[in-house]
Amino acid sequence: MPGASSIPVLDFGGLLLVSIQGELPDDAAVSLQEDITDAVVRTGSRGVIIDISSLDMVDSFLARVLAEIAASSRLLAARTVLVGMRPAVAITLVELGLSLPGMDTARTITDAAADFGVTIADTVQEERNTT
Amino acid sequence: MSQTSAEPIRLPIRKDTDLTAVRQHVRALAQRLGFGLVQQTKLVTAASELARNTLLHGGGGVAQISLVHGERGQGLSVSFVDSGPGIPDVGLALSDGYSTAGGLGMGLSGSRRLVHDFDLRSDPGGGTEVTITCWADSLRRGFR
Amino acid sequence: MTYGPPDSDAAGAEAVAGLLRRRREQIAQRWADLPLFQAVFTVTREEAVEACYSVIDSLAVVAESGRVEDLDAPGFDPIQRQLSAMTASRARAGLSTSQVDREVSALRDAAWDLLDAETVELGVEDTGEARVHLVTLFGTLRVVVIEAMLQENQEIILRQRQQLLEMATPVIKLWDRLVAVPLIGMLDSARSQVVMENLLEAIVEHKATIAILDITGVPTVDSLVAQHLMKTVASARLMGAECVISGIRPAIAQTIVQLGLDLSSVTTRATLADALQWALGRDQRGELPARGHL
Repeated sequence: MPGASSIPVLDFGGLLLVSIQGELPDDAAVSLQEDITDAVVRTGSRGVIIDISSLDMVDSFLARVLAEIAASSRLLAARTVLVGMRPAVAITLVELGLSLPGMDTARTITDAAADFGVTIADTVQEERNTT
Repeated sequence: MSQTSAEPIRLPIRKDTDLTAVRQHVRALAQRLGFGLVQQTKLVTAASELARNTLLHGGGGVAQISLVHGERGQGLSVSFVDSGPGIPDVGLALSDGYSTAGGLGMGLSGSRRLVHDFDLRSDPGGGTEVTITCWADSLRRGFR
Repeated sequence: MTYGPPDSDAAGAEAVAGLLRRRREQIAQRWADLPLFQAVFTVTREEAVEACYSVIDSLAVVAESGRVEDLDAPGFDPIQRQLSAMTASRARAGLSTSQVDREVSALRDAAWDLLDAETVELGVEDTGEARVHLVTLFGTLRVVVIEAMLQENQEIILRQRQQLLEMATPVIKLWDRLVAVPLIGMLDSARSQVVMENLLEAIVEHKATIAILDITGVPTVDSLVAQHLMKTVASARLMGAECVISGIRPAIAQTIVQLGLDLSSVTTRATLADALQWALGRDQRGELPARGHL
């Protein structure tokens, strides 16, 4: 039964991309977990990229949901990569005692995709020179 | 420096969307006090953990956010009050990995590490009150 | 200091207040030539004399209140404001606290001499009470000034600590998507925190996949420092970057082992060069890690 989260799970031909935006109430997080697991089965994807670069906070509840997404995807032969965690969020999670040891991480969506052998031509070069 | 006379903000914690309101209010006040981004995030995360405890273990309750003054200058204090079953063994509940709600067991013990002051009062059968306080550290102000 | 009975006490205080009021002009003229005033008010002498007046008047207020040894006596407040600005200026000119203190204590002499002169001139009976009060009053003045200076020093120390925190932890971009932090000096909790935040911010800014923490310049590693390093590594990993700790000198390696600290989850190298080679080696093989974990 698919959940009712408003977060789209995009399918790029066997690679799922989820971008979590803004505040995420607990039930939406649980729905998202259901949606992703469902999509992995439906599409036979081997990878799930979850972009959390716009989240300004990850508490233990969301950390658990993310860890469970990774664990259940693994059971379905898909690997989950967490992308773009902000420094303050990372420091807080580590201080909280949650360093998510089993979770794969990447800095950018491009990096994560490259890890699955998918090349995304991005605008990194231009951006880098302006920052 | 002028908000010291502000009334404490009281927010009900009855359903999981109320946690969002607690997080947003704590974030806004922490920003106003000039907390660094890391300190803001730590306080908001701790508040989120404790608000969820109030909801799941305390059967709902109230969060009260107030600006405080102390030896360390200005601070932000958040209290969570419920009239639930209380915590039978506070020492055990504060240890890492102790969980009753199927979480990661880091909520109570972890949030204690995220704040400067942590005060927990609980009577078995008489509810629980947790107060956390973060002080705006003048030395670190301006850091992100 | 011991005082006589309350009535002679009051008489002494009154005598000092009277002296300061009567001899206001003479005291001010002498003070204006002292380095404390002369060096601060360099534009006109009148300015210095005006400042002297305000200090003398405030001292007279203190003497009248009879609370010559009370730091919180009413008159000391304006004096503190006036003198702390002046002493701060002297301190900036390079004078030590004790040198400034000597300049402040020199103020007493003018009043003392005039008290002597009055005793002779007017044939006033010298009870000693006036002298005791005068000495006490100027003694308290010194304490007031020193307190103000200490407070000023405290503020300077705080400001400098802040500056040190800001500049002592540069993050260097070594290569495309490779950053390094050379840590130098003792790492206390506050500095470790700043190092961690700066490094993590740099990882975001440079989209770095590898970060090198070089501790060559860190004299000792205790369990607290090790804990901070490991937290930094764990945070960077959550953000999708891999951290290497380099510059582990033999003595530090031994300390780490003796303290029983487990750094097995962290990639470590002996020198910065080793760490750089390792990082670039990964890059050349096209293995810049998309996932942070080892």
